[in-house]
Amino acid sequence: MIRNDVAITPELVKEHGLKPDEYERFVTLIGREPTITELGIVSAMWNEHCSYKSSRIHLRGLPTKAPWVIQGPGENAGVIDIGDGLACIFKMESHNHPSFIEPYQGAATGVGGILRDVFTMGARPIAALNFLRFGEPDHPKTPHLVSGVVAGIGGYGNSFGVPTVGGSVGFDKRYNGNILVNAMAVGLARTDEIWYAKATGIGNPIVYLGSKTGRDGIHGATMASAEFDDASDEKRPTVQVGDPFAEKLLLEACLELMKSGAVIAIQDMGAAGLTSSAVEMGAKGNLGIELDLDKVPCREEGMTAYEMMLSESQERMLMVLKPGMEQEAEAIFHKWGLDFAVIGKTTDTLRFVIKHGGEVKADLPIKELGDEAPLYDRPWVESPKQPVIVPDSVKTPMSEAEALLKLVGSPDQCSKRWVWEQYDHLILGNTVQTPGGDAAIVRVEDGPKGLALTTDVTPRYCEADPFEGGKQAVAEAWRNITAVGGLPLAITDNLNFASPERPESMGQFVGCLKGIGEACKALDFPVVSGNVSLYNETNGQGILPTPAIGGVGLVDDVTVNASVAFKREGEVIILIGATQGWLGQSIYLRDVCGREDGAPPPVDLATERRNGDFVRQLIRSGQVTTVHDLSDGGIALGLAEMAMAGGVGAEITAFPENLPLHAFLFGEDQARYLIAVDEDVAADILYEAGAIGVPAVTLGLTGGDALILPGQQAISVKQLKAAHEAWLPNYMTGKA
Amino acid sequence: MKSAVIVFPGSNREGDVLRALKSAGSQVEKVWHAETELPKGTDLVVLPGGFSYGDYLRCGAIAGRATVMDAVRTHAARGGLVLGICNGFQILCESGLLPGILMRNANLKFICHRQFLRVERNDTAFTRNYAKDQPIDVCVAHGEGNYTADEETLKRLEGEGLVAFRYSDAQGHITQDANRNGSMNSIAGIYSEKLNVLGMMPHPENLIEDLVGGTDGRGLFESLVSSFAKAA
Repeated sequence: MIRNDVAITPELVKEHGLKPDEYERFVTLIGREPTITELGIVSAMWNEHCSYKSSRIHLRGLPTKAPWVIQGPGENAGVIDIGDGLACIFKMESHNHPSFIEPYQGAATGVGGILRDVFTMGARPIAALNFLRFGEPDHPKTPHLVSGVVAGIGGYGNSFGVPTVGGSVGFDKRYNGNILVNAMAVGLARTDEIWYAKATGIGNPIVYLGSKTGRDGIHGATMASAEFDDASDEKRPTVQVGDPFAEKLLLEACLELMKSGAVIAIQDMGAAGLTSSAVEMGAKGNLGIELDLDKVPCREEGMTAYEMMLSESQERMLMVLKPGMEQEAEAIFHKWGLDFAVIGKTTDTLRFVIKHGGEVKADLPIKELGDEAPLYDRPWVESPKQPVIVPDSVKTPMSEAEALLKLVGSPDQCSKRWVWEQYDHLILGNTVQTPGGDAAIVRVEDGPKGLALTTDVTPRYCEADPFEGGKQAVAEAWRNITAVGGLPLAITDNLNFASPERPESMGQFVGCLKGIGEACKALDFPVVSGNVSLYNETNGQGILPTPAIGGVGLVDDVTVNASVAFKREGEVIILIGATQGWLGQSIYLRDVCGREDGAPPPVDLATERRNGDFVRQLIRSGQVTTVHDLSDGGIALGLAEMAMAGGVGAEITAFPENLPLHAFLFGEDQARYLIAVDEDVAADILYEAGAIGVPAVTLGLTGGDALILPGQQAISVKQLKAAHEAWLPNYMTGKA
Repeated sequence: MKSAVIVFPGSNREGDVLRALKSAGSQVEKVWHAETELPKGTDLVVLPGGFSYGDYLRCGAIAGRATVMDAVRTHAARGGLVLGICNGFQILCESGLLPGILMRNANLKFICHRQFLRVERNDTAFTRNYAKDQPIDVCVAHGEGNYTADEETLKRLEGEGLVAFRYSDAQGHITQDANRNGSMNSIAGIYSEKLNVLGMMPHPENLIEDLVGGTDGRGLFESLVSSFAKAA
């Protein structure tokens, strides 16, 4: 019989984030009142962050399989086969709540956590990306949050030694109380050297590795499963502190240990620390786990079983070792100056037993902690459909040239150089395409292969029409990879939404997920890993629905790729894809006309695929090296970005007579690309496109030092660049 | 030529410099920080970039006092070549092999960007394949690269021609804009008195191929290898 020192009151249950019926469920499961340690354990396992209790039912609909998928969702990260005996291991994860409370450490440990997920599986991280959303620029907290988050991401990744090669940064008042910090890591392993969490064998030693356990981060996962209020600053002690140096040592030590053949199973200690990692290893292997907490290396004296089980101290791992290999393993860890302790063993009881100070503090059925977690089919309502906006109905408040100049220097469209220059994006010497283009390209080892990487979603589309918005997020990631010459292979999704307990936001979640699933199916672009972050709301105000998509594609030969920069004068600019002048939910409508309405552009997935496959084949056959996919700001912004990147101007002479010019230039119709090609091959490309029914039209020629839109005053590339580069640095130094 | 790349806990550009040295034709061996001797026949010692021991203390302060550094000092005293890049430069300053110190960047932020350097002299083992005053396009990636020294030291460095590289624009002009970390006299790298020890903040090892940005960094490694080819 377990001694129970603390009476479990309804208040205590509530403080642990459990609903009364959830607590009752737990009591029924174990047949007695739990100890405080057990209450802590179940609160960690059954919160939204760890149990996916509101989302699981809907996640089942996502396509997760393809011939090249080695491991889909459910492990530390997803694994895909990229040929030549190599696997790409990747995942994206949110650290939204902690980053709002303590931006530097919140973001830093977000990066640390996702890197660990990847190298836990035996992969050496070769690239990092991120997806960031902040509140409106005028909000007093925004500059401080931007500054802290960017420094934190850089501080961790730079020291760890992984290039941060891509990402997305945006602002919206809907993130005023809940910023988004999603970090993605991409690693490389041999397909026959991938490590999983599943424990095997009875009586095998369970080993604790890495940094010592402290009191930091206790209840971090519970915090991430609740909405914020005005007292959220008081939650600062639940944010962990990162140590990238320890992580770098942990990486090297783990990879060395894996090579030694001593490892049976491995799991990093992330959210809910020792609890979640130990339960996962046991439950996956159909084994019990017994831990003796007296053996856990602690940073502070007098830590209780409860504190040790819930600590989220960073840079820690749990492993099941082959018996008899302890000494060899310990020598490797001591060489790297890291803690190593045998803290328990696998058993055949299917119980999760925690001992401390000679007493049993917890004795729970291990599989039920995961399998019997509550599962909710929350009520949801479909978002109301928005009317389609007819191009002719939108009046222009300024000339197209003025509008373009305004947009290139706007918070969302301006250059994010100030951000990515704080990230080491060149370390490892394999960054073929640096931040600022459509997708980053990193070479795989010594080549010729490479990976194309991107993070995308258009939250305003998702709010206006969750289904189309979900489709568009996947399609845009697919398009960005295609635009550099990559073959899109798989995605990781980071689903950031407001409270699932409000039917409206649950409806957004359900709608977006349906859209994501449909697009993944149509584009052969399965989901292999992901993370759900709900309760992103403060005082009842939710964020925009933001299912960030991290896409990975394969470039067969990195020397054959395309970039956005205009490279030569006198090249023919061709628009691929059809243009109706879709202004609903466009950046033009929002930032130039001050309207945030209308239906977002629909995504026709068959067209998307046909147009993209055509563009990719042009790149891969070496016919085209200048490509830009079109998204926010349409043709006009696309042209401006190509001109700025290459320092070469362009003159646009062709445009449709039947569309208002601003709808043609700024409409955000999907499945479109701009390419620039030598005059000699332009005719061939137009012919080839026509033959397979891909819309392709000539818009004009590159050249000169200005961008000239039809009937508009020329804007010099210098002027565009000045506006584009100025906003963010000025804003961050208080000048904007 | 035989090179030894010292690996401290927290070094992270050792692989990059290894690749550059190999591609220039050097034999390379990694040497763990706890070693007391360098491999026999070592011609060049390289201290790579990174965050040795986490750099939670002053950058390079702990590494400068690591066991292996006695062997590196002995090698340098015998006239052996030593190259410290980024964290390696910080370590050289902390170990007493080079004067001065690297302070936090003027904007107090980590900066990673492409950067031109002007080659101040081309009569050393490190730069013989460059032209004097040639602007070379490499990159920087550091939070603490702001070279600072007392007036007397600075005067001596300038007077004895010990400045190896300065931050410049694409034409080789020394401008305030090109000196983003705020280094005194735009100093990006310096030599020891006998020109056998070079410390530099920028990363030539990341610019050795057209595919990843250019080849201006190759010259440094090829200079070193060719110095030995001629000597042998």
